[in-house]
Amino acid sequence: MSIRERLSGNEAVAYAMKQINPDVMGAFPITPSTEIPQYFAQYVANGEVDTEFVTVESEHSSMSTCIGAAAAGARAVTATSSCGLALMWELLYVASSSRLPITLALVTRALTGPININNDHSDAMGARDAGWIQIFAENNQEAYDNYIQAMPISENPEVRLPIMVCQDGFITSHAVENIELEEDALVKEFVGEYNPEHYLLKHENPLAVGPYGVSPYYMEAKKAQAEAMKRAKEVILEVGKKFGDATGRYYGFFETYQMEDAETAVVLIGSSAGTARATVDKLRAQGRKVGMLKLRVFRPFPFDEIAEALSGCKAVAILDKAESFSAAGGPLFAETRSALYDLENRPKAINYVYGLGGRDFRVEDCTYIFDQLDEIVETGKTGEVYRHIGQRE
Amino acid sequence: MAYSLKEQLSKEERFVGGHRLCAGCGAGIAVRAVLRALEPEDKAVITNATGCLEVSSFLYPYTAYKDSYIHCAFENAAATCGGVEAAYNVLKKKGKIQDNFKFITFGGDGGTYDIGFQSLSGAMERGHDMVYVCYDNEAYMNTGIQRSSSTPRFADATTTPVGKASYGKKQNKKNLTEILAAHNIPYAAQTTFLGNFRDLHEKAHKAIYTPGACFLNVMAPCPRGWRFQAQDMAQICRLAVDTCVWPLYEVVEGEWHLTYMPSKKLPVEEFMVKQGRFKHCFKPGNEWMIEEAQKYVDDQWEKLLAKCK
Repeated sequence: MSIRERLSGNEAVAYAMKQINPDVMGAFPITPSTEIPQYFAQYVANGEVDTEFVTVESEHSSMSTCIGAAAAGARAVTATSSCGLALMWELLYVASSSRLPITLALVTRALTGPININNDHSDAMGARDAGWIQIFAENNQEAYDNYIQAMPISENPEVRLPIMVCQDGFITSHAVENIELEEDALVKEFVGEYNPEHYLLKHENPLAVGPYGVSPYYMEAKKAQAEAMKRAKEVILEVGKKFGDATGRYYGFFETYQMEDAETAVVLIGSSAGTARATVDKLRAQGRKVGMLKLRVFRPFPFDEIAEALSGCKAVAILDKAESFSAAGGPLFAETRSALYDLENRPKAINYVYGLGGRDFRVEDCTYIFDQLDEIVETGKTGEVYRHIGQRE
Repeated sequence: MAYSLKEQLSKEERFVGGHRLCAGCGAGIAVRAVLRALEPEDKAVITNATGCLEVSSFLYPYTAYKDSYIHCAFENAAATCGGVEAAYNVLKKKGKIQDNFKFITFGGDGGTYDIGFQSLSGAMERGHDMVYVCYDNEAYMNTGIQRSSSTPRFADATTTPVGKASYGKKQNKKNLTEILAAHNIPYAAQTTFLGNFRDLHEKAHKAIYTPGACFLNVMAPCPRGWRFQAQDMAQICRLAVDTCVWPLYEVVEGEWHLTYMPSKKLPVEEFMVKQGRFKHCFKPGNEWMIEEAQKYVDDQWEKLLAKCK
């Protein structure tokens, strides 16, 4: 029986952590993820979990703690945002190349320059090539559900990769919404015990982790990671299906909304999907054939599936809540347009960078984007593909 | 039981030959000697900062360690070790492991005095049951003898080269053991390779078997970086302690104890003259360098004596 509650995204993730009762948490506070270790500290103080809660002096050390703990055979978790993730950057690669299934709750926030504590995806996108699975939530329910699915995905022997469970800073992390929580027993059974084959503290034989990978071996290690990321696709779908069977809430790589006959569509990630859905409803009421694709899984990137989902469209706008300063578009655009390339009749594609540093994304903005797509369909001319929206000129 | 080097050397080696450290390298001597202090029935997890030791002792697919070992990065060996120790505590509590493990971290002065200093300070403050061993060879030897905050004043390093406008490193060596002692950890000590290794052995044993976060600073000379013949290692170490350049002491629960008092305190130039890195100090007109070096050592020694009971 699910339990109906009202929680913020941070509370929802902390609650899932409590239900899972991980072995080690290394954490350092940073807005807006601070509440996750704070709530968790209270669970520790109340004796509700067995976790060794290591209150480190930096995010660099929280990821280092997780790496040491996971290599030693423990289930290790952390949470962070923005500059905290940036400080971990080197170690993200160590975690993934050492094939340690660490779970990181990322509460997405702009990266400094200038300093800004509000939401965008520049932290997560900055880490997109680090070899971590990246799953995004639209709301607190998805943040909770994704967190419960994280370990069965990342700890799967076919995968063994670390995982980032992302939600939007403040918009999701701090907004209190209705949520359905699952019973402790269901969560514990779904997530299961972590029993790695090899770990530092194993009785039978010692283990050495983190070698100097000289040229004759380095590339094999990287190829093995790449293969694991490919295999993660299937596991993500299996776990999403199993989760749905247990809770009634099913998950795949993305959610499509009104896409069956859509001629134009927006592709985006995270909380702005609510705005896009409202816009689609408004325009559908006016008889316009519009739709939305909300991406849940960014790493591994579901190339073929996205292309298939967008194949019926005439024009699509891909929305990036991050700049990549390529002078040609954001990261989601680059990958989505690449996915479309193999289609026989591919839709025209444009990019909008939006919502940086907490800039609001409104129904008016999304309507404007659909109007632009209509113009492209009518004229057959794409024009400038790399665009920004919502900024003052 | 009285200490016997012969007996200690008859123990099974936990750091074995075949690694790729240079001939005469102080790091390998330090690791072997520290690991000898482990009781044979205890298991250990060794953590290692990036550096000479790491790139020479764990090249895939070969490890020189009999014990479990983890290398993570350059600047975070202490935090990584803390994570291993945290895992041990919880897995032991849950009954998933039965063995007794000890946690030992090795880092060079680059990974300890400099880039890994924050991580080390944090781990010591949190009080993980671990020992952090610095093998101090007074420069970044792995990348080619660049200065560190442990490099002594006047040393000729590749980023503090001697030239018309430079006399070598300008700053004095950071006193890291004192800084670690100021963390109020239960045990901090300085040692080096002396005689029958009794001083190092006893300190390593105390550091490993004192509950809580402990720190051991081992002067581990680098023949290439300091520019001396490898066979002079023992003499260099002896001169370091007899000139009081590297005093041997320990801080036990806040109490300072000198563990070696030179019968005759030798002039610092006897230590310096043996090493190519100080060669320029002996040129006519540069006498002031040796005077200043002597003054600094005397000053530090007096301060240390005042702390030791």
